[in-house]
Amino acid sequence: MPVPVLSVRDLSVEIPSRYGVMRPVDRVSFDIAAGEILGVVGESGAGKSMTGNAVIGLLARPAHISGGEVWLMGQRIDTLATETKRRIRGRRIGMVFQDPLTSLNPLLTVGQQLTETILEHLAVSKKEARQRSIQLLQEVGIPAAAERIDSYPHEFSGGMRQRVVIALALSAEPSLVIADEPTTALDVSVQAQIIGLLKRLCRERGVAVMLVTHDMGVIAEAADRVAVMYAGRLAEIGSVRDVILTPAHHYARGLMASTPLASLGMRRLRQIPGSMPRLGRLPQGCAFNPRCEQATQRCRVDPTPTLSDDPNGRAACWYPLKGTI
Amino acid sequence: MISRISSFWASDIGWSFRGSPVAILSAIMVVVLLMAALFAPWITPQNPFDPSELNLANGFSPPLQENPFTNDFFVFGADNQGRDVFSTILYGLRISLMVGVLAVAFGLVLGVSLGLIAGYVGGRVDSIIMRTADIQLTFPAILIAMLIFGIAKGVAPIEYRDQVAIWVLIVAIGLSDWVPFARVVRGAAMVQKNKDFVLAAKLAGQGPMTIMFRHILPNAMSPILVIATISLALAIIAEATLSFLGVGAPPTKPSLGTLIRVGQEFALSGEWWILFFPALTLLMLALSVNSLGDWLRDALNPSLKS
Amino acid sequence: MRTPSEFTVPKDRRASDSLVSVLGLSRTFDVSPPFLNRLIERLPKRTLKAVTDVSFNVERGTVFALVGESGSGKTTIGRMVVGLMEPSAGNVLIDGERSGPDSRRGGVQMVFQDPYASLNPRWRVRDIIAEPVVAQGGKATGIAEQLLEKVGLSADDAKLFPHQFSGGQRQRIGIARALASNPKLIVCDEPTSALDVSVQAQVLNLMSDLKDEFGLTYIFISHDLTVVRHMADRIGVLYLGRLVEEAPVEELFTDAKHPYTRMLLEAAPRMDAFGREASIPIGEIPDPISPPPGCAFHPRCPLATEVCRRSVPAMQPVNKGRVACHHAL
Repeated sequence: MPVPVLSVRDLSVEIPSRYGVMRPVDRVSFDIAAGEILGVVGESGAGKSMTGNAVIGLLARPAHISGGEVWLMGQRIDTLATETKRRIRGRRIGMVFQDPLTSLNPLLTVGQQLTETILEHLAVSKKEARQRSIQLLQEVGIPAAAERIDSYPHEFSGGMRQRVVIALALSAEPSLVIADEPTTALDVSVQAQIIGLLKRLCRERGVAVMLVTHDMGVIAEAADRVAVMYAGRLAEIGSVRDVILTPAHHYARGLMASTPLASLGMRRLRQIPGSMPRLGRLPQGCAFNPRCEQATQRCRVDPTPTLSDDPNGRAACWYPLKGTI
Repeated sequence: MISRISSFWASDIGWSFRGSPVAILSAIMVVVLLMAALFAPWITPQNPFDPSELNLANGFSPPLQENPFTNDFFVFGADNQGRDVFSTILYGLRISLMVGVLAVAFGLVLGVSLGLIAGYVGGRVDSIIMRTADIQLTFPAILIAMLIFGIAKGVAPIEYRDQVAIWVLIVAIGLSDWVPFARVVRGAAMVQKNKDFVLAAKLAGQGPMTIMFRHILPNAMSPILVIATISLALAIIAEATLSFLGVGAPPTKPSLGTLIRVGQEFALSGEWWILFFPALTLLMLALSVNSLGDWLRDALNPSLKS
Repeated sequence: MRTPSEFTVPKDRRASDSLVSVLGLSRTFDVSPPFLNRLIERLPKRTLKAVTDVSFNVERGTVFALVGESGSGKTTIGRMVVGLMEPSAGNVLIDGERSGPDSRRGGVQMVFQDPYASLNPRWRVRDIIAEPVVAQGGKATGIAEQLLEKVGLSADDAKLFPHQFSGGQRQRIGIARALASNPKLIVCDEPTSALDVSVQAQVLNLMSDLKDEFGLTYIFISHDLTVVRHMADRIGVLYLGRLVEEAPVEELFTDAKHPYTRMLLEAAPRMDAFGREASIPIGEIPDPISPPPGCAFHPRCPLATEVCRRSVPAMQPVNKGRVACHHAL
């Protein structure tokens, strides 16, 4: 088996606060192979963005990695010095965030930002860098790229801006792209364009993509595999078809069933009672047990189940589901 | 009251307060000075403005030394007329704090009302109010205060002049410090008036007064509190400056500024204490109120919260 | 997973009895630069047509959805329907009466998108819910407690502040407030788009239940077709301030007539879409300040011809719906 592009092992993030130590990410493990899109899905506060930030090394103090390992192309990156980490981040990991304006400098033209990044990370001449920038802009679908390269970010529409950010993320030819809610701020028609673009680039360039989103529809459209997070823990991981059609974790099943599409033609939507517990107030045992219909004494008392407690290795649940929803 | 204090202690603000030695020290300082001013008649050994309690033989008694003629003892010494400097400071502190607090209250009510109207109504009303504020800002506060003071002095009959002086001082300082309140409240009103809860209130049929004072104002309280604290320090200093220049509190009702003006006449002739102790008190008062305001601004700033 | 063909609407349709009539509604905004800039830079006055000539009826006891992307004017229409905004032209009739600032006597209420901005953080839940009653001088004792239990919270919650609740619970409080004045119509502006999926289901179910219990009529504004499909009886699709198609929900989803509606349906993410090579929509929504001439959708439309560039298509009845397209499918 080839070495995965990204390998995360038992990653934990802790935030010390006056209410005690919170753990927004708790022993999360997953791999992403080249050319694969892993969707990380969960509700707000599930720890999905924090996981992405921990992988890149962009945690804002006082949050910090408290355990586990992050391997990129066979190299351990979470223990590197800050400066080395910064270089790796620019060179081998590309980032796309929800709001394209946060990743673009409003005072520089798009071309300046692209060529600067290319020159910093690749051994090319200035002229070549500009040529590459134009190519990149064409590749992400910006019409008249050769002219628009000298425009400023505010001269682009929201969807076009997100394309520029994707071009920027790809400019140093990274092996991993982390996209954090890249389509959430966009309209439906533009969202479809951006998802299509991500899929195409991933396939053509063999980039590994970690796609963080709360939208199951986006995951279904784009991802190859899905990791479902709940209260900082990995609840389920598997191929997109398996997780959506035959979820093994009770939370994952509830999540799929509560989307309006899954309840087409029914008068009421299926719903999960309650809401996700706050980080400081996780229940004992499985974090989902207060909302789970099938919770037993074991779920309330025993330490949190992990993926290895499921014979199929898919769900962190004592009683994984079999069969369809 | 006790539950209020304990809930403050447990809140985020209380947490920030406990972690800031400067804030704690300033708060203690302010409370001590406030209490001293409030209970001055009971704390002070004499009423320095009751001539029957004074003894001219005590004139220029140095601090912490027994007067050889009267055997009286003065902690901070005595002035040229035999007044206990400690007592004059506490009485002066009363005037200074009263003028400061009332001036800020006046500026606050004026600034908050005008700011709310400017921000909520907008358009031409907003332009008129804010341009007035801009024009006012181009004159130094002291100049405005002196102007108002001069006019009032000319208008008021001589026998009332000393009584009126304090109120003129309050209005003059208050009129010169309403602008920061108006600006910050206007900004908050412009943000809040587009929030959905204001739309919901309109939909419920609430009038503009209710929306301004019950919906928008409570959400602008933090910056108002910060500005009020910092303005208090500035108002106290402004009062002292005016009194020092002789256009403030009259010598019959001296504030700290008046005391400093009187004291500086003796500073170079050896009786330093008449100037030094009032000046030190003013410094500590202004400094502690100002540091409290600084801390409050940081503690209430949402962008600094985690 | 069900397929669209199994889709049924279990609602019976009685003789039409319309509660809301929107007639030729338009709204323009002045987006000119400030007066001095105009004078110095010799710029003209500029207006934005947020809503142009929109008409529709909403039957009593039904859910009418307005769907559209950003700049479609759906929120502006919602504000005009509840009387928070004056139309530039046209009318909104609710039970035959004109809607406006004076007609806000509690008969029309609104549920807002952002549950964090729609509740005053300094007010107790009791006062928030009772506000529509108190503002009209009514007696509000016990109303908040009663309504809190109706929306699935507890009466004890009345004394708490909004920040003590989660997003979904706050939205329930917002719904309770909307119910307080006994409205006939509630305009719901993206009521679940700020909520997580599992909470969204709770809130949508609650809204359905309350509609039956109180005999409410909803105008449901959303960009999310899957939510609309679940909630609505009829759907109006907006593009750049104009209504381009209006039809019963089952007709719209199975047999859309307007190419824009088709594009939207095709572009919406689907749960059963793994590996699907969706036909990716072309172009983006144009700048609403200077929209394309003729049919505003023509630059993105696969069917566009010369006539689309020249003239704005009129609304025409098709089956049980209406469509504004020169080349309706």
